[in-house]
Amino acid sequence: MNSLSPGFRGRRRSLAERLPPGQYPTESFPVLSAGPTPRVSTEDWTFTVTTERGDTRTWTWEQMTALPQQGIVQDIHCVTRWSKFDTRWRGVPLDAFLEDVATEAGFAVVSSYGGYTSNMPLEDLLDGRAWIVHTYEGYPLSPEHGGPARLLVPHLYLWKSAKWVRGLRLVIEDEPGFWESIGYHDYGDPWREQRTWGD
Amino acid sequence: MADGTVRLDGNCLAGPLSEILAVEPTTAWWRCPECTRSGPLAGLHVYGPEPGLTVRCPGCSYIALRLVREGEHIWLTVGGGSGAFRFSTA
Repeated sequence: MNSLSPGFRGRRRSLAERLPPGQYPTESFPVLSAGPTPRVSTEDWTFTVTTERGDTRTWTWEQMTALPQQGIVQDIHCVTRWSKFDTRWRGVPLDAFLEDVATEAGFAVVSSYGGYTSNMPLEDLLDGRAWIVHTYEGYPLSPEHGGPARLLVPHLYLWKSAKWVRGLRLVIEDEPGFWESIGYHDYGDPWREQRTWGD
Repeated sequence: MADGTVRLDGNCLAGPLSEILAVEPTTAWWRCPECTRSGPLAGLHVYGPEPGLTVRCPGCSYIALRLVREGEHIWLTVGGGSGAFRFSTA
C-alpha cells in the first residue's frame, strides 16, 4: 500500500482556509523541547501497545518498517501559534498496531523515550487519522523532530504528536499527559482553538 | 547532559517564580531525589519557554519543577509527578 492521505485534498483550499484561528503560517520547523533530546538507535527502538488488562504487544524497528507504509501529506499546527502546510511524512497508520487488539478502552496515553506523555481519545488514533512516522521530507526523521519515530496526529495541536514514541497504553478513564496535566487543553483541537484548560 | 538541545539556566526563573514566591527563588537549594546532586535553583537546566518551562537536574535530567503561564494563572508542578498547583496572578 502506498497511498496519500486525505490531507492531500486540502491543496485545493486556499491557505487562509487552511489556517486555524490564532495561527500564523511558517516555512521553518521550530523545535520545542521539554528536556534533552533522547538518542535512540533503530536497533534499540521498540513500540509497545499495552491494554487496560495489561496485555502487551511489541514491535521492533524491523517489524514496524515491514508493515504497510503510507506517504502522508498534512498541515500541522503548534499550540505556540505556528502552522506548517503540506508537511510530508512516511509511516504506519496506528490502525495497523491496534486492529488485532481486544480492548474496551476509550482513551490512550502515548509515551516517549525520555518520559514525555500525551493523551487522547482512542478514536482519534484510528481510521487513518494518526501514524507512527519515521521519514520527513524524504529523509530519516532527525532526533530533534522526534526520530527515529514519532506519533503524528495532525488534526490535534502538535504537542499531542509525541516525539521519540515508544508505546501506547489503552485506558478506560482519561489520564492527562505531560502538558495536559499543567494547564493545556485535554483534547487540543486547533479549529476550536482548544489551547488551554479553560478554552 | 550536553546534547545540543536549546535550554537556559535557572536564573530565568527569577521573574516567573518571584510572582508566586515572596523570596528570591533562584538561590534556593535543591537536592535531586534521583541522583542526590544538590545546588542552587540557578544551576538547574531549563527547557522552554514554550509550551512551558521544564526545569531539570543537570546531572540526571530528573524534573525538579514545571511552570506554565496560562491567561491569569501560573501552573506549577514540583518533582516528576503530575499533580499541579494553579496560582491566580490577577
